[in-house]
Amino acid sequence: MSRSASEEHELLESGKPRTLGQTLREKPEIPLAILLFVSLIGGWELAVRLFEIPKIVLPAPTAVGAALWQGMTGDFLMHFGVTFYETIAGFVLGSITGLVLGALISQFRLLERTLYPYIVAFQTLPKVAIAPIIVIWFGYGVTSKIVITATIAFFPLLANTIVGLRSAPAEQIELMVAFTASRWQVFRLARLPHALPYIFVGLDVAIVLSVIGAIVGEFVGAQAGLGYLILQKNFNMDMAGVFAILIVLSAMGIGLHLLVNAIQRRVVFWMDGSSDRVMGA
Amino acid sequence: MLISVGGLNKVYRTREGADINALSNVNFSIGEGEFVTVVGPSGCGKSTLLKILAGTLRRTSGQVTMRGAPIDGPSRDVGVVFQAPVLLPWRTVLENVMLPIEIQKRDRRQYTEKARSFLKLVGLQAFEGKYPNELSGGMQQRVGISRALVHDPALLLMDEPFGALDAMTRESMNLELLRIWNESKKTVLLVTHSIPEAVYLADRVIMMSPRPGRISEIIEIDLPRPRPLEIINSEAFGRHVVAIRRHFQSLSALDA
Repeated sequence: MSRSASEEHELLESGKPRTLGQTLREKPEIPLAILLFVSLIGGWELAVRLFEIPKIVLPAPTAVGAALWQGMTGDFLMHFGVTFYETIAGFVLGSITGLVLGALISQFRLLERTLYPYIVAFQTLPKVAIAPIIVIWFGYGVTSKIVITATIAFFPLLANTIVGLRSAPAEQIELMVAFTASRWQVFRLARLPHALPYIFVGLDVAIVLSVIGAIVGEFVGAQAGLGYLILQKNFNMDMAGVFAILIVLSAMGIGLHLLVNAIQRRVVFWMDGSSDRVMGA
Repeated sequence: MLISVGGLNKVYRTREGADINALSNVNFSIGEGEFVTVVGPSGCGKSTLLKILAGTLRRTSGQVTMRGAPIDGPSRDVGVVFQAPVLLPWRTVLENVMLPIEIQKRDRRQYTEKARSFLKLVGLQAFEGKYPNELSGGMQQRVGISRALVHDPALLLMDEPFGALDAMTRESMNLELLRIWNESKKTVLLVTHSIPEAVYLADRVIMMSPRPGRISEIIEIDLPRPRPLEIINSEAFGRHVVAIRRHFQSLSALDA
């Protein structure tokens, strides 16, 4: 629980009203980020107007803003709901499957040797390539999108659960065995809590991939959802509308990522900065 | 006799199929309430011996008994302390001490009082609600010792418990361990590679040598108790240390 000197300073200072100068000195990145954002958007707007770029090539930020407003008060919410549902349902399904299978594989070597080649083969298949098959099997509704999302969310959880459940120090395990702990007690009291930081890394990767999974599924064939809407707007050459949906999608991804991080900080409270344990997805 | 070891052998088989004699014909016994230390260079099998007594390692042949019953697995009557405190970082100090109680499904209420009294004995009563990462290395190891004693075991096994601590903390932990031993009347077997530590703590020192791992000598330490830290400057203490060191030098087995 070590805190840097500047953070300590900040803690002591908090409560007192801070002057603008103080804020700028402590966080110089804030004005810089704002400046960058304003100049990027401003430059974009200026370039579109100056060079008279057709709006089916690149819409001006003001046009995107207008489309966003129109969509939010219009049909965006319904399509957002569909994509959000597909994302969460697929994420939950894929995560739980990965978690359970990972736990079994980590505990039974035989299972690992039997199953792992198939799992690796499945993982190397591009999910985009098998998405059309899944749509044919499960139909044009939300079910096929949930299945596609689940296939993508599955692997990060599987890999991180296996590594995590093997991360408990050997001496820790031996100590518990010496205290007459059963295999299940070792799992519950030591292995599983030690795996939590890894599992949360997997969840974080999986939630962001889940949004992609849902959109991929909708691209292949759907009747509703933000991905379906993107295709429709693209077809009508409504570029501003497409950009507006992209903003909604990234807001959804960021929001879900922050949510997972917030839960992680509460559950894995004993680790500060568990992000240094990132495992490849 | 609490512990009796006779004709104990442990053979490891390497990947290449060669046999390594980790322990060869080991014989000794430990009386109730005795403090025995095991000293020897690395590779002499002292940790192997401790693991066999803890029941976490299978012996190849020979007899190992506790109160006459063979040790064929972990026992509820043994407490262990390793070099690393290996506390669970998500549990408070008190919850860590209570781990054996939880594992052995003993009465939680009754043993919570016991856990608190051991924390008081090691001077950590004010820290029971803290988490391990808020404690120093020495404090963590004191929690580890409390955890090893909380279920009232007959035998306390310690594998280089102070090996990771700095010299000054180590000295005060030695003093403290003797105080705990004196108050709890436990039987202790402590493995170390520090000769002064082995002499300071022990009623008897078991000297082991490697290739194959065996007991080369057992000596009585007749220093009076209680032993203040200053005793390490006494002539009698020095004599024991020199004798042990000479013994290892004559075997030319001491790496240090």
